[in-house]
Amino acid sequence: MSENQVQKALCVLIQHGLVAFQKSNKSFMEYSINIDKIMNHLRYSRYIHCAKVLYGDGAELLVEEILHAGQTDMATVVKKVTDRLNDALETAGHPKISSSLVRDKFNSLVQTHFLQRCFSPVLDDKKRVIRLEQPENVEELFSVQPMEVDGGNQGQKRKLTLDSDLPNKRFKTESTSKEASPGDSIFWQVNCERFHHHFRDQALISAVARRLDKKAGEIMRAILRISEVKTDPLAKQTVPVSFTEIFGSLQKELGFTRNLLEQYLHNMTDEVPEFVSKCDDSGGGMYVVNIFQALQALCKAHIESVVLERFGSKSLRIFRVILLKKQVEQSQIETCAMIPSKEAKELLYKMFEEGFVTITELAKTPDHAPSRTFYLFTVDIRQVARMLKEKCFKAIRNAIVKRNLEIMEHKRLLDKQERVDAIIADLEQQLQSGLEVDPAQKEEVQEVITPPERQQLTKVHTVTNTLEMSELQVDETLFILESYLAFTYHRPAPKKQQSAILI
Amino acid sequence: MAARGRGRGRGLSFSVDTLGFGRGETLPAAIQQPPPLYPLLLYKPVPLQKGEDYDYLLALKQDFRTTIRRSPFYLTLVEKKQDIERYSDKYQLGQQDVQGNWTPNWQRFPAELREKRVRKHKTLKAATPIARKDRNVKEIVQKVLETLEKAPVEETAEKEQVDTKGEEEKQDEDEEEEEAEEEYDEEELEEETDYNMTYFDNGEGYGGEDEDEDDEGVY
Repeated sequence: MSENQVQKALCVLIQHGLVAFQKSNKSFMEYSINIDKIMNHLRYSRYIHCAKVLYGDGAELLVEEILHAGQTDMATVVKKVTDRLNDALETAGHPKISSSLVRDKFNSLVQTHFLQRCFSPVLDDKKRVIRLEQPENVEELFSVQPMEVDGGNQGQKRKLTLDSDLPNKRFKTESTSKEASPGDSIFWQVNCERFHHHFRDQALISAVARRLDKKAGEIMRAILRISEVKTDPLAKQTVPVSFTEIFGSLQKELGFTRNLLEQYLHNMTDEVPEFVSKCDDSGGGMYVVNIFQALQALCKAHIESVVLERFGSKSLRIFRVILLKKQVEQSQIETCAMIPSKEAKELLYKMFEEGFVTITELAKTPDHAPSRTFYLFTVDIRQVARMLKEKCFKAIRNAIVKRNLEIMEHKRLLDKQERVDAIIADLEQQLQSGLEVDPAQKEEVQEVITPPERQQLTKVHTVTNTLEMSELQVDETLFILESYLAFTYHRPAPKKQQSAILI
Repeated sequence: MAARGRGRGRGLSFSVDTLGFGRGETLPAAIQQPPPLYPLLLYKPVPLQKGEDYDYLLALKQDFRTTIRRSPFYLTLVEKKQDIERYSDKYQLGQQDVQGNWTPNWQRFPAELREKRVRKHKTLKAATPIARKDRNVKEIVQKVLETLEKAPVEETAEKEQVDTKGEEEKQDEDEEEEEAEEEYDEEELEEETDYNMTYFDNGEGYGGEDEDEDDEGVY
């Protein structure tokens, strides 16, 4: 590789946020790779889909374009998306839309923190970039700069949406900081953490909905939405939400009665105490969502299903016994799981071998002689989750490697198909624009690919599709495991939450 | 450690009961080969979930990949030059053109990643002293040859004088140049000057060699 190529490659990596740089003490530039960001690439399609579900096609294209570019300024991306939307609308025969609609979408994405500003560069005394730095005020990352064109108008619009939205402190700081910040070239990127936060909430809601019913899921959603703004994203528990607040937000949309809601909440605290619990009686009852416990429960469920699929239902029974009793001796397992001794041993040791079950040694005497030692079987959820996470990485890697191999092997055929498709598309375009095209010509082109080749192509496509689909679905498991593990790492206690409780 | 020694001959050093084997049961035979590379699957993997959302996600993912592959960000290693020029090469160039289209916003990137345009300019400037030097050398050589024709032994001392003078002049020139250069590209000095130095040195070395050969002829 030449020096020039290395420069280019580093530039691309920095543009996409995969590599960070910083000037070291010895005045050399140091580059570091951001592994989390790379792993996020697996979820890009989920981000795009999520934007579509929440804010429609415009937002979908916005997120997609920004992900393509890594980071970009607002004017470029809005223009690109407007063009793309208009192209699509034109072919479908709809009237065009103006760029202000797209800009509104952009604003709402920023206001809900799905998009954020890139860190601003820090210059040294010779005006060279040393590093990128997060602004002191985090809210600055999410302030929208009004466009020069119809700038005042834009501001008014924003205030309207602002009032209709949830009462929110951060919007106020946003509008004040708006005037202060310099505004010629602001670059935007996708805020992956916010998307993860959303996915996590979504996972909790769907879990409750599956366990109880849809309405319970809606209640869960309401609590999470009300507390979302006030809660630290990494807090183990949401801020307490009063009954009246929940009722208020549900009454409008779903027509809950006071009585019904009370029953539901009662049921939820009884049935799924990991998810929702009552923490106070004031205000008609204060409720919290135990995010950490809920995630742990989800994680446990994932692990259990892995045990079931890998070792069978009898092993799962043993596994559950250990989970329930925390520390168990082997003979106890046999009796509790009601499995004959020999079979139980075989299944247990198999799980032990694969690292799903661990042993605690408890020696009666200080010499640790095996005959005078208790061997207690335990399950360390955190450790198993970590192990499964690594397995997920491995599985995804295998899938990617296999997919690439499959594509490499059939490269010639795939290229051929691409060319034939291009020719056919060209012909069809000619046909549409009113030119005389011989239909036989199209058939002729199609026949370039022989039937056995066609068969092989469909096979390659199904294989690659299945592999890719499994990448997506393994990533879902990976996401649950990761968001659970993120809570188990040591970090300073969230201050925000404490102050909220004091108030 | 003594316990280990005594334990020998009595079979295992602990009672087999603790492992869960009854009195009458035989111990499993020792395994003498590595486990198979691809062990048989006892449980088949679960089929993947299906649904419209998943199909859409899949389409998005594939779409994203193809777009990225076609974007200017997708760099490929420039392949080695082929042995012969092929007719089809002409058409493959078009693909490579896309790559250069993206220029980073330099306000946000470290300066050392910037492709150096100044360097070309510099080498051009540096070429002049070499040319001048070449002329010098030629002159000297010619002079020497002429003098050699007349009086081979006497004139060598004079030639050496001329040589040293010439070298001094050259050094002065170089220094001046370096000073001028330092002002406008300090940043490049860190890693770039090394390369340039060696490049210039070669030029001087060449001239020196030339003279050496002459000297050989003399003695």
